[in-house]
Amino acid sequence: MAVAIAIVRTRDLFAVTMLLSIYGLLSASFFVTLDAVDVAFTEAAVGAGISGLLMLVAISMTGRKEAKPKRKPFIALLVVSLTAGLLFYGISDTPDFALADAPIHNHVAPRYIQDSMAEIGIPNIVTSVLASYRAFDTFGEVVVIFTAGMGVIALLSASSENTQSKKAAENTLDQQHLVIRVVTKILFPFILLFALYVQFHGDFGPGGGFQAGVIFAAAVILYTMLFGLSKATKVFSQSLVQFVAAAGVLLYASVGIATLLLGGRFFDYNALAQTPVAGQHIGILVIELGVGCTVAAVMMIIFFSFHELAEQERQANKDKNRESL
Amino acid sequence: MMGHFNSAVVIILMMVGLYIVIAQGNLIKKLVGLTLFQTSVFIFYISMANVEGGTAPILAQGITLYSNPLPHALILTAIVVGIATTAVGLSLVVRIKAAYGCIEEDEIEASEN
Amino acid sequence: MDTLINYVSGFCLCVGALICVSGAVGVNRFNDFYTRMHAASVTDTLGAVLILIGLMLISEQLIVIAKLMIILLLGLIVGPTTSHVLAKSALKNGLKPILSDKRSDDISKN
Repeated sequence: MAVAIAIVRTRDLFAVTMLLSIYGLLSASFFVTLDAVDVAFTEAAVGAGISGLLMLVAISMTGRKEAKPKRKPFIALLVVSLTAGLLFYGISDTPDFALADAPIHNHVAPRYIQDSMAEIGIPNIVTSVLASYRAFDTFGEVVVIFTAGMGVIALLSASSENTQSKKAAENTLDQQHLVIRVVTKILFPFILLFALYVQFHGDFGPGGGFQAGVIFAAAVILYTMLFGLSKATKVFSQSLVQFVAAAGVLLYASVGIATLLLGGRFFDYNALAQTPVAGQHIGILVIELGVGCTVAAVMMIIFFSFHELAEQERQANKDKNRESL
Repeated sequence: MMGHFNSAVVIILMMVGLYIVIAQGNLIKKLVGLTLFQTSVFIFYISMANVEGGTAPILAQGITLYSNPLPHALILTAIVVGIATTAVGLSLVVRIKAAYGCIEEDEIEASEN
Repeated sequence: MDTLINYVSGFCLCVGALICVSGAVGVNRFNDFYTRMHAASVTDTLGAVLILIGLMLISEQLIVIAKLMIILLLGLIVGPTTSHVLAKSALKNGLKPILSDKRSDDISKN
């Protein structure tokens, strides 16, 4: 709460980004104490890591300071207090916190908790709900992420001139950032390995496609920040990343179509193999792979687009300064 | 009343986020306020899903009481979709800056008139 | 033997937490960026190491100890690196450390 109020009062946007990351980390630890380990994992990776990073890149292009407000925000305060009052009145009737016999726990959830092991056979109930019982919603989510990536490309597609001057600038950075370059090179394979571990271990512990995709993208972003965009695009070129993003969605959809062709309903994994449980395992594995691919690729697309635009602006500023001398 | 402590915290956080979105003029600060608002909604759902004396919803030996896994799945989806929309919002802000030259709401409205 | 390990681990946890708190106090009270950086990084790394050792002593399964060891290694690598990068970028961008006045007087006399 203190962090939230500090965000309101601070004018320096850089500090606001740091406070936002701290807020993300605090919510993640809060989720852990509330027994929501999958959610805490995702919030820590996404809220504390990626969102702070994106804000920083955006701020580097738009400016750090916020102007003073011109008039006193009385109407806004009034609206806010009224809404708060109504909400307080609304929650006074809800059941007390964490009671086991609240209505939310009694109708749909016990069926999932009891039947998940028999029907699907993986210990992590959240993954089984996300990937098998509610696979269609997760499909919609993957498409939303893909659309967001396409939206960012459409808004920020930079023209690819000025490729020669980039190489000269990078060679001078080698000596200055030696320590962190060495450490990054050492840590990079371990981070990728951890991403793969989280991807495939999502059935047995907290994890799954989303967290793995975000961690993978974070490793590549770290590499890109230190070694420059041109070295990163040698391995992960723009067209490859866009292809992987689309391929993830296609993989997910093709699992559904395969189940249709094999005689079941859409996303009914029981039809995929000899026994229903084996079919469920195969189905969950393939769609988690699709989710991981798309999430990693879209995060990389977003960061590459921002980075390219920022480098182009920096290059244009440098050329302007040189011409004016 | 102590049973509703979590909901009280959530409502305060939600109102702080709403205030930032309505009252502050800087576009990036508004996006930050939106993220704050989203996270407070997540905390609300997760605290509803908690069961006293239960553990995380991963089946293990000898444990019978689990937290409700349905809101967990919902919030997992919501977190990742939230970051995707924040990314699109940030790219919109960058484009607005290129088109108008500043990102304060008052100045943009003034230059429109 | 068991109670001895419990006591030692509890001691490690308490001392680790106290060190982290003292680091926070130091960040608040020092008036120069570099001394604040020093307070934050040294105390946080040491505090994290002690807390992890305390946790390792009371955990029962080998897999938990191995995971905690990996976290320890990662913390030891990443913590000092980030403080180094911060201090280096601050120095490169012109933030000079506050040196004491007496020293510059001695140098100018000789």
